[in-house]
Amino acid sequence: MSGTRNTETLALDGELTIFRAAELKTLLAGLSPRSALELNLEGVAEVDTAGLQLLEAARRAAAAAGAPFRLRTASPALIDAIRLMGLHELLLAVAAKEERA
Amino acid sequence: MNLEEVYITFLNESRELLEAMEAALLGMEGAPDDPDLVNAVFRAAHTIKGSSGVFGFDAVEAFTHHVESVLDRVRNGELSVTDDLIAVMLACRDHMGDLVEAAVAGADTDATVQATGRGLVEQLVNWLGQGAAEPVPPTPDDRSATASDSAVANSCWHISIRFNPDVLQAGLDPLALLRFLGRTGELVHVEPVLDTLPPLDAMDPEVCYTGLEIALRSDVDRSAIEDAFEFFRDDATLHILPPRAPMDEYLALIDALPEEEMRIGEILVRTGALTAAELDVALGRQQQTPAPLREPIGQMLGEAGTVPTEVVQAAADKQQRAREASRQSIRVDADKLDSLINLVGELVIAGATTSLLAQRRGDEELLESNSVMTRLVEEIRDSALRLRMVQIADTFNRFQRVVRDVSRDLGKAVRLEISGGETELDKTVVEKIGDPLMHLVRNAMDHGLEDTAGRATAGKPEQGTVRLNAYHDSGSIVIEVSDDGRGLNTDRILAKAREKGLVTANQQLTPQEIARLIFEPGFSTAEQVTNISGRGVGMDVVKRNIEALRGTVDVESSPGEGTTFSIRLPLTLAIIDGFLVGVGESSYVIPLDMVIECIEVTDEERAEHVDAHYINLRGEVLPFLRLHDLFDESAAGHGRENIVVVQYAGQKAGLVVDALLGEFQTVIKPLGKVFRNLRGVSGATILGSGEVAVILDVPQLIQTASAQAGTRAAA
Repeated sequence: MSGTRNTETLALDGELTIFRAAELKTLLAGLSPRSALELNLEGVAEVDTAGLQLLEAARRAAAAAGAPFRLRTASPALIDAIRLMGLHELLLAVAAKEERA
Repeated sequence: MNLEEVYITFLNESRELLEAMEAALLGMEGAPDDPDLVNAVFRAAHTIKGSSGVFGFDAVEAFTHHVESVLDRVRNGELSVTDDLIAVMLACRDHMGDLVEAAVAGADTDATVQATGRGLVEQLVNWLGQGAAEPVPPTPDDRSATASDSAVANSCWHISIRFNPDVLQAGLDPLALLRFLGRTGELVHVEPVLDTLPPLDAMDPEVCYTGLEIALRSDVDRSAIEDAFEFFRDDATLHILPPRAPMDEYLALIDALPEEEMRIGEILVRTGALTAAELDVALGRQQQTPAPLREPIGQMLGEAGTVPTEVVQAAADKQQRAREASRQSIRVDADKLDSLINLVGELVIAGATTSLLAQRRGDEELLESNSVMTRLVEEIRDSALRLRMVQIADTFNRFQRVVRDVSRDLGKAVRLEISGGETELDKTVVEKIGDPLMHLVRNAMDHGLEDTAGRATAGKPEQGTVRLNAYHDSGSIVIEVSDDGRGLNTDRILAKAREKGLVTANQQLTPQEIARLIFEPGFSTAEQVTNISGRGVGMDVVKRNIEALRGTVDVESSPGEGTTFSIRLPLTLAIIDGFLVGVGESSYVIPLDMVIECIEVTDEERAEHVDAHYINLRGEVLPFLRLHDLFDESAAGHGRENIVVVQYAGQKAGLVVDALLGEFQTVIKPLGKVFRNLRGVSGATILGSGEVAVILDVPQLIQTASAQAGTRAAA
């Protein structure tokens, strides 16, 4: 659609937990809010509430800027956690098809 | 505080509440219309119901609920207080006690207890049926049985939890909590509440912004669900609503949650807790209630049976705080207190050593500073001992119930009069005096008091009186149990004693001596063994129990007027003020409280009394004992003798010693088994020099002295 928008792709793996929360936040907050964000999360082995909060905050930031937000890949552990916590919008972001007509 | 400690707190609090409940119920017998008493009973039951609910002690909660319902009707004037009602309530109170003990012990109640419970519930339900015809309002505890109109349709548990911001840093993960909950049942719906989540760049990634509204389908009980939250107890605000909870509970929840009313309403609908229609009704009703009339949330939550904050711990704390506010005190472990007293004992001995050294050196300054320290140690000693002192009132008050029950069993009208309840004595002693007192009180009612007809014939008021009295008397506490009954039958006692060979046929005894025969082993005059006092436990056991506490028991009786038993006990079992005396090479300690005066004996007087066993003390016959002879000390040669005049229970005697060594703080050390049968000795202590001194058993010595003087006089 709008071909002018940049897409930033970020791959995170290992722990998505409080132990890396500060580092991850800096990483996510450093991305341009106007860019579409694609996250590759198939390598995420462990996730906790802090990690989920960060993903949700990133999703909200993108939504507020009107930018697409997509979890291109996600590990089973992550999907389980998102389901368990009832974070439906994140779940939708996993399922979202590439925004190409 | 771990769970076990919380249980113990719950148990102690419950016991106290049950005692208060009993006292108020007994008070109601005399003043059935006193609203304060009814309220006190209600409050006790209500609090026990509330905290047992929080702890998941369902049996206690369910039973107490019935009790509370009946009490509520009494409070509202719908039921009147009758003797029957009080009797049933007392039985209920006992049953609650059984249930609480069983619940805390984690044991199932046995069949008898269960049968009692069922019987009581039946009676309570009967009472609820009486009076006004309106149906009993459904309450949270009955909800599973009687789903009422006001209950919501939701068949899941609804759990609402808001975490403290720092839980993640504390290593707690709400996600893990969800996993755990998922194992207790089916997580039908989880709704994260992230209303407080700030924009990405403003958020603190280590703070928890997540709240949860959870619909859980599970057959487990409340306590099992609460267990899941155990680690979050101090770190979250938790509400647990059972399946088909009354609408009121949801109202309270909506009120209590920090989010907007409409927002919560939506969440509740989304989780399936409420239907949209129910929500409309709920919010509509919420607005109908004018704000000032709304009950405080806490109260609403309390009544609805939800768990306001931090579950178990908070409930226990709150209950305790409420009590402490009314009576400024803290609970201290008895062991800690005992170890303090032991240390103070050692301090006293160490202080005495320092004193002695200072004296030997003749160092004035050291003596001076040491005397200040000695005074302080004495004060510490007294304060420490006072920590162990408790009023006897609680022990006495327990007998109201005993007297009431026994008087019903016996068909006698009996009143219990209590005085001196504020008298304090050592906690250990208080604990051990209960049984002997129980025996004496039952005995007084059963044997002491005449039956109603007998009292009428004797021209006495129909209602008999049993009195419990306590007071301090020269270093002892005296507890009296008296009745206004027929008095001891001295003829019968004497006959019985002769029959049993306790006295010979021609022995002449004063009425007092005859009365004391009832303490002899194997003596019992009860012609018929009743289940009240004739349980094969005689007065000799009472006497032995009291002597084990270094006490004595005596009896006085006047025919037709009544009998009084006096128990005399030492104030404390640990440390006493002693009077140190020298006999030959050794030192002996006499409890200072029992010393009246010291008299010097001149050589002439000594010559005069050399064979006698009594002297003339200002016109009074004073029997005396030579400790020299008694303890086979080697003669100390010449020098003056002194007589220490001692008194116990109104009797005096003189103890002849070689030297008066002054006051001495005495830490009582028990004597070993070997010395148990030694007469005239009650314990030992360690002197500053490290030597051991024997503590004299003054009551025993007085008896010996009197007996000797008596045989001499008779001879």
